Amino acid sequence: MPRSKTPPAVSQNEADHPTSPIQHFAVEESLLLDSGASLGPWQIAYQTYGTLNADKSNAILICHALTGDQHVANANPVTGKSGWWTSMVGPGKSFDTDRFFIICANVLGGCMGTSGPANHDPLTGKAYAVDFPVVTIRDIVRAQARLVDRLGIDTLFCVAGGSMGGMQVLQWAATFPERVFAAMPLATGAKHSAQNIAFHEVGRQAVMADPDWRAGRYLAEGTRPEKGLAVARMAAHITYLSEPVLHRKFGRKLQDRTAPTFSFDADFEIESYLRYQGRSFVERFDANSYLYLTRAMDYFDLADDYGGSLAAAFKGTKTRFCVASFTSDWLFPTSDSRAIVHALNAAGASVSFVEIETDKGHDAFLLDEPVLFATSRGFIDAAARARGLKALDPKELDR
Amino acid sequence: MSEPLNQTAAAARVDLLLVAEMIERGARVLDVGCGDGTLLDLLIKTRNVDGRGIELSQAGVNGCVTKGLSVVQGDADTDLADYPDDGFDYVILSQTLQATRRPREVIEHLLRIGRRAIVSFPNFGHWRIRSQIAFQGRMPVTKNLSYAWYDTPNIHFCTIADFVALTDEMDATIEKAVALDRNGQPMRMTLPWAVWNLFGEQAVFMLKRGL
Repeated sequence: MPRSKTPPAVSQNEADHPTSPIQHFAVEESLLLDSGASLGPWQIAYQTYGTLNADKSNAILICHALTGDQHVANANPVTGKSGWWTSMVGPGKSFDTDRFFIICANVLGGCMGTSGPANHDPLTGKAYAVDFPVVTIRDIVRAQARLVDRLGIDTLFCVAGGSMGGMQVLQWAATFPERVFAAMPLATGAKHSAQNIAFHEVGRQAVMADPDWRAGRYLAEGTRPEKGLAVARMAAHITYLSEPVLHRKFGRKLQDRTAPTFSFDADFEIESYLRYQGRSFVERFDANSYLYLTRAMDYFDLADDYGGSLAAAFKGTKTRFCVASFTSDWLFPTSDSRAIVHALNAAGASVSFVEIETDKGHDAFLLDEPVLFATSRGFIDAAARARGLKALDPKELDR
Repeated sequence: MSEPLNQTAAAARVDLLLVAEMIERGARVLDVGCGDGTLLDLLIKTRNVDGRGIELSQAGVNGCVTKGLSVVQGDADTDLADYPDDGFDYVILSQTLQATRRPREVIEHLLRIGRRAIVSFPNFGHWRIRSQIAFQGRMPVTKNLSYAWYDTPNIHFCTIADFVALTDEMDATIEKAVALDRNGQPMRMTLPWAVWNLFGEQAVFMLKRGL
């Protein structure tokens, strides 16, 4: 990796002036955050797909994961790559843009246009950096709810997402039960485990140990903690995979060579792959955003807000839930999903749960998983019937 | 929304229809071991119930969710403890009792979770089964119970008489009982238990906790 004295990241431009629609909120519309801080003026950037129907009953909110963004199903303006969930969102997909109005907003604390540490404070003109208030999953959801208000939508037909997105789904269902008709928390948990906090702390320490982090003020000083952020990404990326998939894809294969070099060069394919993951990540993500959002996940413990009882978080809910986990996911193992399901059962909620067999690890929710597609399609279709939305043509079900 | 029972009858098994007839319209129902959701689907369509299911096999669960049923992957032996008291009007255990590790505990949970428990099971006291052991000296293999002894998932068979004895022991009340003959037809109610136990291939019981 080249020594970084590079100009501000592309993502920093996206932070203040995103390639997405923005809703601005004035000081009088400040967000009161869990930390006690008040944030305002603030902005939220989002993408929409499909058409909102006349009675505004067909809106689906997609919640993105830690390093995702609002570009679910369109080319990403920073990377040029296709959207991160085109397997699930699009014409004829589970989240069918021909039937539903799909919304995805960049999370609060993110770096793609919603207020976060990479933004400039509109009041002072200075980059927020580490002066940005620490946010929680609930703060992220509060911000999304303000956006949904602005769009004139009362009840969301569905809120869906995986990993950190799934945490937002659970928070939505707990905080605004009457505004969520159906919920799909995937590959997630109702709290972040000690092991997950531990991995996040390793990542944060890698960022903060980079001299170019400059105590968080790198934007003002014209540096970027690329090495630290890349190491954080490399470590995290391992947790998104699984030992079997690493073995299947890489094994002990050497990278473009027939023998070890007896050096610390990237001899193994897996090393080369991780270095590439680290390199490409720093081109699109803000290091401070990474600190803030990992922190938001660490603080997440839904039951804690309800006297330690997760069932109490969902008491009396009428929301229909579909929970899914993946057998090889060790970041949010099936036991985490089962805990959610048990709580929903105890609360008398309508819940479906599938554990999907795969060796792809945590990232499976983003990948080509036919069982996930069939499950989500069945769930969404049944929910649409219950909501009185136009059902899929039966022929479509076999597609 | 709901269809009359006889319209879907042709496609459904007699034992499932029997269970369906026992259930009040619009009730809250939990089907434990719901398989591919055939019974739940029938109950929702014909009885307009608020139906939930638990199923062990991933294939079964996936099939149910794809049909739009609310079904969770779980094990009757371990996961019923997570359900609150009186959460349902009816809890159904259809053709699953013999495959549980601790049938008595499972039935206790059914009675705790539901105001009524409906249990159906193959009768191991049927004369064909008895005669296979008596005259061939071999573990019985029949059309309905087609597994060999070494690979059967059915580890806790009982007879109708055994089941009735257990309900007595558990202080549960039998509110309804039906035995089906080898043609799947309900047997006459007036017949004594011993006749049911000899000629009934399957039995369906509706239980209530307490005497």
